Amino acid sequence: MGALLSLSTALILVLIAFAGVKEANLHFLFGAIIPYIAIITFIIGVIYRILKWASSPVPFRIPTTCGQQKSLPWIKHSKIENPSGTLGVIVRMALEVLLFRSLFRNLKTELREGKVVYGSEKWLWLAGLAFHWSFLIILLRHFRLFVDPVPASLHLLESFDGFLQIGMPRLFITGIILLASVSYLLFRRFYIPQVRYISLANDYFPLFLILGIGITGVLMRYFIKVDVVNTKHLIMGIFTLKPEIPEGVGGIFYIHIFLVSVLFAYFPFSKLVHMAGVFMSPTRNLSNNSRMKRHINPWNYPVKAHTYEDYENEFREKMKKAGLPVEKE
Amino acid sequence: MSNKVPTPDELSKIDYKPPKRKWMDTPVEFKPGTWCYGSRPKYLEAVGMPNPRDWKPSDEDWKLPENWKEIFLEGMEERLRKYRSFRLFMDICVRCGACADKCHFFIGSGDPKNMPVLRAELLRSVYRKYFTTSGKLLGKVAGARELTVDVLKEIWYYMYQCSECRRCSVFCPYGIDTAEITLIGRELLNLLGLNTDWIAGPVANCYRTGNHLGIEPHTFKNSLEFFLSDIEDITGIKIEPSFNRKGAEILFVTPSGDTFADPGTYTCMGYLMLFHELGLDYTWSTYASEGGNFGFFTSNEMAKRLHYKIFAEAKRLGVKWILGGECGHMWRLLNQYLDTWHGPADFLEEPVSPITGTKFENTKSSRLVHIAEFTADLIKHGKLNLDPSRNDHLKVTFHDSCNTSRGMGIFEEPRYIIKNVCNHFYEMPEDTIREKTFCCGSGSGLNAGENMELRMRGGFPRANAVRFVKEKHGVNMLANICAIDRAALPPLMDYWVTDVRVTGVHELVGNALVMKGEKERTVDLRNEPLTSKESKEE
Ligand code: SF4
Ligand code: SF4
Repeated sequence: MGALLSLSTALILVLIAFAGVKEANLHFLFGAIIPYIAIITFIIGVIYRILKWASSPVPFRIPTTCGQQKSLPWIKHSKIENPSGTLGVIVRMALEVLLFRSLFRNLKTELREGKVVYGSEKWLWLAGLAFHWSFLIILLRHFRLFVDPVPASLHLLESFDGFLQIGMPRLFITGIILLASVSYLLFRRFYIPQVRYISLANDYFPLFLILGIGITGVLMRYFIKVDVVNTKHLIMGIFTLKPEIPEGVGGIFYIHIFLVSVLFAYFPFSKLVHMAGVFMSPTRNLSNNSRMKRHINPWNYPVKAHTYEDYENEFREKMKKAGLPVEKE
Repeated sequence: MSNKVPTPDELSKIDYKPPKRKWMDTPVEFKPGTWCYGSRPKYLEAVGMPNPRDWKPSDEDWKLPENWKEIFLEGMEERLRKYRSFRLFMDICVRCGACADKCHFFIGSGDPKNMPVLRAELLRSVYRKYFTTSGKLLGKVAGARELTVDVLKEIWYYMYQCSECRRCSVFCPYGIDTAEITLIGRELLNLLGLNTDWIAGPVANCYRTGNHLGIEPHTFKNSLEFFLSDIEDITGIKIEPSFNRKGAEILFVTPSGDTFADPGTYTCMGYLMLFHELGLDYTWSTYASEGGNFGFFTSNEMAKRLHYKIFAEAKRLGVKWILGGECGHMWRLLNQYLDTWHGPADFLEEPVSPITGTKFENTKSSRLVHIAEFTADLIKHGKLNLDPSRNDHLKVTFHDSCNTSRGMGIFEEPRYIIKNVCNHFYEMPEDTIREKTFCCGSGSGLNAGENMELRMRGGFPRANAVRFVKEKHGVNMLANICAIDRAALPPLMDYWVTDVRVTGVHELVGNALVMKGEKERTVDLRNEPLTSKESKEE
């Protein structure tokens, strides 16, 4: 249900862009206004979400410790999995964000003849990593459309990405990786019964959207060629705040940029904010040093407790009889 | 009154395939043997918790306050404001399912709502409905749902099928800690008077008498004296510990379970023997007679109220620092919460071992030393005369407790001790120990009698790993550093494994410790014959 709904939403979006440009001639709307709205929504939305999280304090120091604590000097401390200071936390977070450390631990638990067995299960990690990295590289590659002249670092990135030296225009490997990994992530949502059971429309939708973006992108680059000069002209216009709509930019481009706009606008309202949220996760970004340095809870308040005096008042006679010392005779 | 538990054969037929019907449309079913009784009013009254009344979870009518929904949602809003963890964990789960098969309750039951992600979604769906725009507008499509009595019951049912072990959080790419969500979920339920009796009772006891079992001061002293005579029988040594003594150097705090029931009592004997042998200047307290804290499974405030006594008693007695016994959740709290709640502990001194002179740098602020740190340091400095062959009748494996593993990280200290006091030590498979350890199935106040089936299911992966080392190496003793483990693992072993018993690490120390002036030992602390030298040579 959720999957179907998401797929049809994505297809409708494609149709909207296509019809909007081909039939209604709304080039300026799709080529300028909507991208502007999307970018603004993205920026404001993400900042809002981060501020919202930041507005709630971290009352307790609750890292999930995944290695030996720092204790006696002769016991080997696991500095990254159970950091005791800032440096350890930085490395732990870097591994988490750049290499998906925790996902790398993934195991598959199975029952065989009444025995629980654990197998390594790295596909999710691999697909997740491949997807996020290729997405990032593709995004960076697109900067050649935003800036003039194109900086050398981008040329370098492109030559790495196109190292296969196949075809004309050169085949970028990241495009293929992106499509393959997104397809896998989608596939496992259908295929693994538990994952299908927990999946919401919100889980399928971004995958279909990104798949759509990827496919239109690939089509544009290798098959339905668009006029690169004019397209760059249009995009530069957006980024220099002097939007214009040159002739001869193909309909497929408008579909592509519309889907991208939807993705950006959708981002802050969805689970996609995990990109920013992961940095703020208190089980990962805190050091396990609350016995070394007192952690302050900003809303700590006094509570009603049972004092020793109350206790002794109740039990004084019994305590005396048992030979236990008391404060008041 | 406990329900009949199916046989291990029946129980180990587990179907992991989720049902056809979607989870939101599947109403909760209170299966016998999987839930605990509702809290009796007297327990709630004793600590001033809301809505005390007689109720049963299986009743149609839970006798909720009229404005229960308002209370619940306002409570939720307040906690979203107070805990970044809660707000973030409500927002960023991508439902990747990496946590799904990491929960022992899911592995042991196959109930999809025991997948950590779905357990959290139960609450998250309510969050979306009332606190997010998309949920308000799109409802079910956005994974949002109305808070109804049935939804509340479902939340209750599954919040009390999580032992707050944090295993899921190790595997989650964002560190989403379902335990944190359940803790807050339980807190919300407690606003409506929906605690379990097994948790509310110990809380009420602990508030009044200082310990979960409700042991009054004179009885506390008596039960320790009982062990002293056992120790004298076994070793010939007379020990005289002190209670509530002002001016002692160290205050010793441990879970009361160890002073009360086997096999924890043997661990307690181990402490007494060790401290006596060292001539340690320490005292027990009948007021701070509990290190554990069932308040933590109720609400943060209740936890803080119960743990007030620890620093207060240390201050009253004028000790220099605090030594804590073997306990799981007690140590998560001592490590991650106590100093924040009740610190700064500036009336104490930075802890130094009076025997070795070692400074415990890792606890220079909160001044709380774990007994495994203390003892490992003693052994390292050669301060103990140990005869590990006295544990030769035991083939030992070690169970890492959830809280000390994932909320502290004390892995090597207990292992170092065990290897020095035992000759036969075998690790369980790697994926079931250390940070990946499996819960006993009874943590976070789930160790009642009426939910035995749930406990056996939850403990299944742990038991399975024990069975593995039993078959491979002949392991017959399961060591741990947690009082709940010592109470919960024996029935688990009897059910799934058989012939494996359970011990605290300091019981093993007590066995191996050669004390000055002791008589020749013929039995261990359980009064069971030691393997004699002759039979070993055969
Ligand atoms: S592993 Fe984390 S992100 Fe993935 S489903 Fe579980 S809680 Fe959500
Ligand atoms: S904290 Fe433990 S019991 Fe609770 S959901 Fe996670 S793995 Fe399961």
